[in-house]
Amino acid sequence: MKKYRNWGFFIFLLPVLLWLFLLIVLPHIDLLIMSFRFEDDYGELTWGMANYKEFFGEPIYWLTFVRTAIYSLVVTFLTFVIGLPVAFFITKVVSVKYKGALTLLVLLPFWVSELVRVYGWMILLRESGVVNHLLLKTGLLAKPVEMLYNDAAMIMGLVYTTMLFMIVPLISVLDSLEDELIEAAFDLGGNARSVLFRIIIPYATPGIVSGSIVVFMLTLGNYLTPNLIGGKNSLWFTEQIYNQFIASFNWNQGSAFGFLLLILSSLIIWLGLKVSKQNLAKVVQ
Amino acid sequence: MIRSLPQSKTYSRGFRLYILLYFVFLFAPLLITCILAFNDSQFPSLPWKGFTLEWFTSDRPDRVGIFHDQSNLDSIWVSIQTAFFVSIISLVVGTCAAFLFEQENFKFKQLLYFLMLAPLVIPGVILGISILMFANSLGTLFEMQMDLDVPLLRPGFWLVVLGQFSFICTFVTLVVSARLKKFDHTLEEAALNLGANRFEVIWHITLKFLRPAILGSAAVAFLMSFENFNTTLFLVGSETTLPINLYLQLRDGSTPVINSISFLLIVSTSLLALTNLYFSSKQQED
Amino acid sequence: MEYDLSVKNVTKKFGEFTAVDSVSFDIVNGHFFSILGPSGCGKTTLLRMIAGFEHPSDGTIEIRGQDMKGIVPNKRPVNMIFQHLALFPMMNVAENIAFGLRRRGTPKNEVMPQVLTMLKRVGLPGFEQKRIDQLSGGQKQRVAIARSLILGPAVLLLDEPLGALDLKLREHMKVELKKLQAEIGTTFMYITHDQSEALVMSDYVAVMNQGRFEQVDTPSNLYNQPKTPFVAQFVGENNAWSGVVEKREGNIVEITTSEDHQFRVEVSEDINPSSTVDLFLRPEALLIEPDPSLTDINRFDVVVNSILFDGASSRLLVNPLNSDKEIIVALPQNKQYDHIKPKDKLVVGWSEKAGICFAKR
Repeated sequence: MKKYRNWGFFIFLLPVLLWLFLLIVLPHIDLLIMSFRFEDDYGELTWGMANYKEFFGEPIYWLTFVRTAIYSLVVTFLTFVIGLPVAFFITKVVSVKYKGALTLLVLLPFWVSELVRVYGWMILLRESGVVNHLLLKTGLLAKPVEMLYNDAAMIMGLVYTTMLFMIVPLISVLDSLEDELIEAAFDLGGNARSVLFRIIIPYATPGIVSGSIVVFMLTLGNYLTPNLIGGKNSLWFTEQIYNQFIASFNWNQGSAFGFLLLILSSLIIWLGLKVSKQNLAKVVQ
Repeated sequence: MIRSLPQSKTYSRGFRLYILLYFVFLFAPLLITCILAFNDSQFPSLPWKGFTLEWFTSDRPDRVGIFHDQSNLDSIWVSIQTAFFVSIISLVVGTCAAFLFEQENFKFKQLLYFLMLAPLVIPGVILGISILMFANSLGTLFEMQMDLDVPLLRPGFWLVVLGQFSFICTFVTLVVSARLKKFDHTLEEAALNLGANRFEVIWHITLKFLRPAILGSAAVAFLMSFENFNTTLFLVGSETTLPINLYLQLRDGSTPVINSISFLLIVSTSLLALTNLYFSSKQQED
Repeated sequence: MEYDLSVKNVTKKFGEFTAVDSVSFDIVNGHFFSILGPSGCGKTTLLRMIAGFEHPSDGTIEIRGQDMKGIVPNKRPVNMIFQHLALFPMMNVAENIAFGLRRRGTPKNEVMPQVLTMLKRVGLPGFEQKRIDQLSGGQKQRVAIARSLILGPAVLLLDEPLGALDLKLREHMKVELKKLQAEIGTTFMYITHDQSEALVMSDYVAVMNQGRFEQVDTPSNLYNQPKTPFVAQFVGENNAWSGVVEKREGNIVEITTSEDHQFRVEVSEDINPSSTVDLFLRPEALLIEPDPSLTDINRFDVVVNSILFDGASSRLLVNPLNSDKEIIVALPQNKQYDHIKPKDKLVVGWSEKAGICFAKR
C-alpha cells in the first residue's frame, strides 16, 4: 500500500508543481523583480524604486488607480443591492415549481462572451442606438443623446458583466436559510426591516463575502467594459497597464503598475475576509 | 415576505415587477444583438429595414456575411483550437491536483492549496503580463546562454494556451475536488482488496465516478477559454482568438457581421450551457 | 372559567383540499393542551393559523377574548417553538433571547437583566455568551423556550419540538417540559404525532384526524374510553376484531367475530342486534391462563407465535387455534409466565367490561 502511494503521489504532484511554479509563482516573482528595474540616464537597466516613484509622482497614474478602486467598490455594492432581491425572490418567494427555470434564466446570459454582452449594450445605448431610436420615435427626445462613453454607462456595464458572480453565491446561501428562521423572527415581533437586517443579511454573510470578492476582483481587472463603453475620461487602471506594455513598451513601468494592482486586490480581499471573519478556502466552496 | 407566509398584494406585485425589470435588463442587450443580425441594413441599428440572412451568407464586396468572412472564420478556428488544448491540459492537471489535495497528505499541502486558489484572486490582466514577461525572460535566457530560439516563449498560440490554462485549471480542480469529496473510499479499498493495483483502481473505479464532474468542467473550461479576453490580450501573437479579433473590429466601428457572429455564439453557448446543466442536474439525481 | 385561546369553527381550505374542517375548542388558562394526530391531519395548519402564518378560510380565533382576524404574526400575543427550533445561528444565546424584547423597543438597560433572569429560569445560567452550535439538543430546546417565554405570551405554541431529539433525551425532555410548564403557568399548546408525548405531558389532548377533532379529553379518558375507532387504534395498542351482534341482554351484547369467536361485551353505546361492530381490546386486558373460577370472562385457545421481550412492556404474539390472526398479549414480567415458549398452547381470556365496541357506520 505505502509503496503504491509513493509513485502515485509523485505522478499527481509533478504536473501540479509545474503548473503552480512555472505559471503562477515564478512569473509573479519576475513581475516583482522587473518592477524594481529601470533604465537610468545612460539607458542601462539598474535597480531602484523609480517606477514606483513615477506612479506616485504622476497624478494621472495614482488618480486612475484610486478611481478604479473606488468604482470597483461601488460596482460591488451595486451588484449586491440589485442581486439580493433577485436571489431572495428565486429561493424564497417564487413557487418551487419555477425556481429551477428562473435560476437557469439568471445564469444563461453569463455563458455568453463578455464581449458580446458589452457589444449588446453598445448598440442599445449609443447615439444611433436602439434606445435613442425608440425615444425619438415616441417623441420623448427631440434629438439623439450619446448615452455611452460616460461613467454611468461604464458602471452599469460593469454591474451587468459581474452580476452573476454575486447572484450565484447568494442563491446558494439563501437556499440553505430555513423558512422557519424567518417565521420565528416574525413570531417574536420582528418586521420586514429587522428580518432583513438581523436575519437575512447576517445569515447570507458568507455568500455576500465570496460574491463580493469575485465581483470586486473581476471589476478591478476588467479591461473590455471600461475600454469600450467608458470613453475618454473614464480611464481604468488596466488600461494604464496595457498602455505601458503595448503602447509605450515600458515593461518595467507596467510591471510596477501590475504589482500595485495585485497588492490592491489582495489587500481589499484580505480586509473583506478579516472583517467578515471568513477564510479564502471556505469562501471558494 | 416568503412563500410560506401570507403576503400583501402591493409587496408581491412590486417584487414581481422588480424581477421582470431585472430580466429585461439581463436579456435586452442579447436579444437586440440577435435581432439586428437579421436586419437588412448596413449598420447594426434601427430602423428595421426588413429580414435578411445576408449577414450570414452574402459574399458581396459591400456585405461580407460571416460564412465568407475569412478573418473572423480564422479567429473562430484559432479559438476552438485554443479552447480544445486548454480544456485537455486543464483536465489532466486539474484532476491530478484534485487527487493530490483530496487523497494525499504531505508537508506544505496548505501552502500549495493556497497557491492553487491564487489564480481566483489575481486579475486576469496581471496573469497575462506576468506570464508574458516570464516567458520573455526565459526566452532571453535561453538565447543568451545556449543560443537557443524557443518559439514557444514568444507571444502566440501556445503562450495563450498556457496563460488561459494557468487559471482555468483552478476551476477544474475545484469542480473535480468537490465530486471527489463525495467518493466512498471503501470502493477503492474493495478494489484493492480484490487485487487491483493503485493505477487500476484509479482507472476503473475513481475516474468512472468522477466522469460527470470531468465532463462538466471540460465544458466550463472550453467556454471560459473561448471567451477569455483579459489574459489573452497580452499573450496573443499573429493568430488572434475570436474575442480579440472582435474587439479590434469594434474599436474601428461595427457592422452587422458582428451581430451575426454574436448570434451564433449566443445560440451555441446557450446550447452547450443547457446540455451541461441538464447533465449536472442528472448527476445530482444519481 | 377563562380561556386563553378559543377557536370557533375554524376551517382552512387549500384549493379543493380541506386541511382543517370546522374545528372548535377552548384552552383553559394555564393548561397544557396537546393536539395529537398522524402527519397530514391538519394539526400544523391549525397551529400556524393561531400563530398568524395562515389565514383561516372560515371561523374565528380568539386569544384572551380578542379576535385575531387581520392581526399579523408579529403583533399576536402568542409565540411559537418551531419544529427545528429556528434558533438564529448568527447570534449568541443572549442575543437570541433578547431578539423579541429589542423588536418591542424595551429600553437597553432592561433587556440584559431580563435575559439573565430567563436563562436562570430555564436552568441555563451563565450560557449567555455561548454560540448556538455549542449547545446540546436539550439546551437548544430550553433556549428556544426562553426566547419565546421572555415575551410573556398568552399561549406558547409548540410544533413537535422534541421530534429531532434522540429517544433518551426525548423521554427526559418530556418530563422537563411538563415541569417547566407547571412552574411558570403559561398556557401551552403542543402538537405532536407521538401519543406518548401527548399523554405524558398534557392536561387535555385533542385527537385529530383528516382535519377534524375526533375526541378532546384527558389522557386517561382517551386511553380508557375512546369515543371513536380512530382514537381506539391511534392512542395506545389495541387488538381489533370485526363482527356481528347476535343478541343483546341489557348492557351485554353477544358478538360473533369474522373468525367465528363468540364474545360477550359490555357496551354503553346504542348497539342493536344484527349490526356490524368493531371490537377493540388492549393487550394488557388479555389474561394468560385465567383462573377457571372467574366468571364473566371470554376465553379462547391460542398458540404462541413469538415472544417479544421488552422489559416492562414485553408482549406475546399469539394466533387463535386454526387461525392466522395475530393477537398481542401483554406479558407481565413477574416470573409467573417464564415457562411460556413459542408453539405452546394457552388459554387467554378477557373481562366483558374490558372490550370497547363501536357500531360500524
